[in-house]
Amino acid sequence: MALPTAPVTDPQTKVLPPDREGKTATAAQWIKENLFRSLFDSVLTIIAVLFLFFALRLALDWVFNLAQWDVITENINILMKGSYPGEQVWRIWLGLYLLGAIVGINLRAWNRELKRSTVAIAAIPLILALLPLASESARLNLIIIQGTIAAAYLLTSIVADQRRRQIASITSILYIPALIVLLEGFTDENGIMPLVKSDLWGGLLLSVLLAAVGIIFSLPLGIILALGRRSKQPAISALCITYIEVVRGVPLISILFMGNIMLQLFMPQSLPPIDRVIRVMVAITLFTAAYMAEIVRGGLQAIPKGQYDAAYALGYSSLKSMRIIILPQALRIVIPVIVSQFIGLLLDTTLVALVGLFDLLGIGQAILSNPNWLGRSQEVYVFIGLIYWILATGMAFASQRLEKTLGVGRNYDGAQ
Amino acid sequence: MERNSTSAPTEAPIIICRDVQKWFGSFHALKGISMEVMPQEVIVIFGPSGSGKSTFIRTINRLEEHQSGLIIVDGIELTHDVRNIERVRMETGMVFQQFNLFPHLTVMQNITYAPIYNRKWHKREAEKTAMELLERVGIPEQADKYPAQLSGGQQQRVAIARALAMQPKIMLFDEPTSALDPEMIKEVLDVMIELAQSGMTMIVITHEMGFARAVADRLFFFDEGLVVESGTPDELFNAPKEERTKQFLAQILSH
Repeated sequence: MALPTAPVTDPQTKVLPPDREGKTATAAQWIKENLFRSLFDSVLTIIAVLFLFFALRLALDWVFNLAQWDVITENINILMKGSYPGEQVWRIWLGLYLLGAIVGINLRAWNRELKRSTVAIAAIPLILALLPLASESARLNLIIIQGTIAAAYLLTSIVADQRRRQIASITSILYIPALIVLLEGFTDENGIMPLVKSDLWGGLLLSVLLAAVGIIFSLPLGIILALGRRSKQPAISALCITYIEVVRGVPLISILFMGNIMLQLFMPQSLPPIDRVIRVMVAITLFTAAYMAEIVRGGLQAIPKGQYDAAYALGYSSLKSMRIIILPQALRIVIPVIVSQFIGLLLDTTLVALVGLFDLLGIGQAILSNPNWLGRSQEVYVFIGLIYWILATGMAFASQRLEKTLGVGRNYDGAQ
Repeated sequence: MERNSTSAPTEAPIIICRDVQKWFGSFHALKGISMEVMPQEVIVIFGPSGSGKSTFIRTINRLEEHQSGLIIVDGIELTHDVRNIERVRMETGMVFQQFNLFPHLTVMQNITYAPIYNRKWHKREAEKTAMELLERVGIPEQADKYPAQLSGGQQQRVAIARALAMQPKIMLFDEPTSALDPEMIKEVLDVMIELAQSGMTMIVITHEMGFARAVADRLFFFDEGLVVESGTPDELFNAPKEERTKQFLAQILSH
């Protein structure tokens, strides 16, 4: 490598902006600069520090001295899985092992996009295992999940590069139905997988399952509805517009009631009744899809006409140009909106308590109605709130990372 | 390749347009355009904005639908038949004023995806061809960048390579240098001149009269949806017959 002769034009030499050059701010300088620049700033800083101090002291005092957390530790199993029978819990863990495998495959398939997030995502079971709440057997299981992630990751490395994403997509799509079959069971009472009626599913298991199904199936359905709404065939677009506007004009809770009670009345008697959890899943998916359709349509409208022209001129059919050229760009633009819709969906699953399912919040209320745990509502609600907060914030954080990784080349400045 | 048997290479026109008419609502954009283009011919179209020149070349690969008249490209008549439209589009490459590269794909993907998805080429084969094309347009080192990281001139050269990757028989250029900074116009024109000299059939909308003089076989002057005058560069530049042509040429050649 030749030495750079003209350092100013050499791309390797970074010229710092003038205000940062030669400045090594000490902590004291930083504080003075940012917190005590003027009298007004100083007053605000002091008030804020005092407020934070007292608020934090109150909160910590409550968490460590006043709160009685036995209501959580005693009920942790039911909070996590509802009334799912104890001797069948291995099926939930098996489902989670499989989830680990799916995550491992996807991490390998998308590791170029995920970059450093790969490690963060892969380490989640290990972090959970270190939490004080985890029991011995839960720790063991979490470590096995860690193992399946690693094993799937390594196994996927053997497969050729182009095949990985295909495998990842196919296994991910098959996973949800497989999990439902696994949890529901299919043999009689003495068989290896006796039926566990979905009424018994509950707690975090049910909340996450409902949200995951809604997330996975509402996006493709929303895309189809959005494309349908833009269709030149009047019948198709009228159908899609009607669907979207009717569903958006109705609260989720009424759709849940419809799915739960009315649907059964309209079904022919000869058919066996559809499982209640499945009905709720369908209701949530159909509801979210209508909103998703409008989000996707917004993204499609942001794509300039020239992109269609170029795709058609290169011989892409309208289906291919949509799939390869237009949709990837449109979806990228609306990632933040899609994720906030997903977060809303996760939090909205608490409504299923009103149609008789015991999701995390429903289980919490069931615990509180037990006279043994009278007056512990603060502990229970804080715990449940914390779990939802972690899940929602995790999704928000993931979306930010995704935007950053996919943001490459999105800038139209050079082109338009 | 097989289609060559139906058309003797020097005699039969590769593009036939007869009395092509087009309305946008009540606006009569094309009032009956007729043109025949021979294989390997280079046609330059010029005229004021709103004269229908852009609309006209967009009807040749059916980005715009013509409402009456006849368009036959490489022996295929353009009708509502989607299969015919796609066949014609595979035989005609198009380069746009605004480049219209796909911003979410790298330069390499921009070039290779069309042959891979639409001509069923193998990825390796498509990438090899793409590298050859990038070398031909002079920017092989940009293959893994995204369009937004390139200058306008480089983007337009990628757009030309992308169109050529489908191995078209005809190239359509819709004001390819109008959106470029002056110092980048030449690098794009050089590529186009090389392409013309290699025997590509081209229809170019441009006001770069130096380019027209250098490589055009025939010029067409469009105004208000009609061909006002056509002829060789010599005829049009040195002895224009129509008053309107004289006026327009005087305006664009004055600077």
